[in-house]
Amino acid sequence: MTSADEAVARAHQDEWARVVAGLARRFGDLDIAEEAAAEAFATAVERWPADGIPPNPGGWLTTTATRKAIDRLRRESHRDTKHQAAQMLYDDSVPEPTGPVEDDRLRLIFTCCHPALAMDARVALTLRLLGGLTVAQIAHAFLIPERTMAQRITRAKKKIKAAHVPYRVPSAEDVRSRLAGVLAVLFLVFNEGYLASAGDDAVRTDLSDEAIRLTRLLRSLLPDNGEVCGLLALMVLTDARRAARVSPDGALVTLGEQDRGVWDRAMIKEGHALVRERIAAVAAGAEPPGRYQLLAAVNAVHTDADTAAATDWPQVVALYDRLLTLDSSPIVRLNRAVAVAEVAGEESALAEIDSLATELDGYHAFHATRADLLRRLSRTEEARAAYDRAIELAGNPAERAYLSRRQAELEG
Amino acid sequence: MPRYLMSVFGPTERTEFGDYGSKEEMLQAFADTGAFNEKLEKAGKFVFGDGLAEATTATVVDGRADQPVLTDGPYLESKEHLGGFWVIEAVDLDEALALATEASRACRGKVEVRPFQTAEDFQGLLDS
Repeated sequence: MTSADEAVARAHQDEWARVVAGLARRFGDLDIAEEAAAEAFATAVERWPADGIPPNPGGWLTTTATRKAIDRLRRESHRDTKHQAAQMLYDDSVPEPTGPVEDDRLRLIFTCCHPALAMDARVALTLRLLGGLTVAQIAHAFLIPERTMAQRITRAKKKIKAAHVPYRVPSAEDVRSRLAGVLAVLFLVFNEGYLASAGDDAVRTDLSDEAIRLTRLLRSLLPDNGEVCGLLALMVLTDARRAARVSPDGALVTLGEQDRGVWDRAMIKEGHALVRERIAAVAAGAEPPGRYQLLAAVNAVHTDADTAAATDWPQVVALYDRLLTLDSSPIVRLNRAVAVAEVAGEESALAEIDSLATELDGYHAFHATRADLLRRLSRTEEARAAYDRAIELAGNPAERAYLSRRQAELEG
Repeated sequence: MPRYLMSVFGPTERTEFGDYGSKEEMLQAFADTGAFNEKLEKAGKFVFGDGLAEATTATVVDGRADQPVLTDGPYLESKEHLGGFWVIEAVDLDEALALATEASRACRGKVEVRPFQTAEDFQGLLDS
């Protein structure tokens, strides 16, 4: 890669969202913003190797994209062309006040993640307009045809325009409720990349990286928000274990059996620092931690132990108890039971898990957890049946490989 | 300002007290809806709104041929039909959704919010 190529790639990472968001504000049209930004980057690919890298790549890209957008509007507009173009060229108007934080990218995040859009549309728009992923990349990552993904994005943009979805940061009192939806989108993108099948599919790994990058961006825009910080910590502490998560033969390796030597120490350090930051903030009077902060804390406890046996399980149970007060869903109760097994023994954990049977019968992790406890209690036949059911329901090959190996290890 | 249609749907045929459980409930819903309408009018956001007679009273007219064809009943075959609606003006979708939330609470029904076409949309069609 030449230095110009590298500069374009870096600018794409650093400046794409800023360029699109700035254009979206100025022209009030996501289509124009996105296409003009794409054209500006294409021009950079052509010109930078010959002309040299501009001293301010972000400024160069914004100026070029703005010209492209005006050119396009000139071509498309039949009425009053000169007037319109002149107005846009000399539009130095101050951006409209946008609430607590004035950053174009923050407005773009809230627009892309608007609750009036379907979840899959929010995810697609966020990855396209903020992440700068191509439609083909997003389609590939979510295993759907490119045409379908293109339609999804087009339809969402059409709705934003026709229904007048506002391009602004919600008012202070609405930020909290709307932010929950934004964080859900980012976490979904992260998990889509993290829970991917065993194959080394680069695009799906990229999804986790992209989710982390976007969450970092959100954190820089909302530095005092505990849940944004918590989500970033959760992602970083989870991703730090990626290398230990799948064995060379493609089977999932559970937390207890992972080689902790290959965990990413720098990421763990960062995650721990974020969790400590929140603990200090809460001690200083910030509002109590939400679900992402609590899940991050659980992961901090796991990554704090040198061996699985050294894990502070009572602390994990205590954190799940707090999470239960926010979210008493059966999934949270299932995860809590796993920690209970380490503190109070398999029998009590199994009793708790069995009480979730009706709600979680279709969920592979329920049967996998149950199978593991039955195995530890030497109830071999029941364990075998539970593994069967878990394997049948498991969605990805790495998980099936792990469960099959476990089942084969059963005695008798 | 953008205009939105807020539609409320209900069963094809109504029970004794409209779609409400009792006469008291019905009267309370009417009162709440009336108060909401007044609020809309005062805020300058009310364009038009009213309740419709039951869907079975509708007639579909097809005037495209030489002789009009009349069909008894509503256009769509559906378990639920348009039962009433508002046309409102709101600055953007967020305001429209907030008003729809109040409307839904007042009339005790689900409310569909749909934007009207704008002059811009028409221009887009003409230019294409």
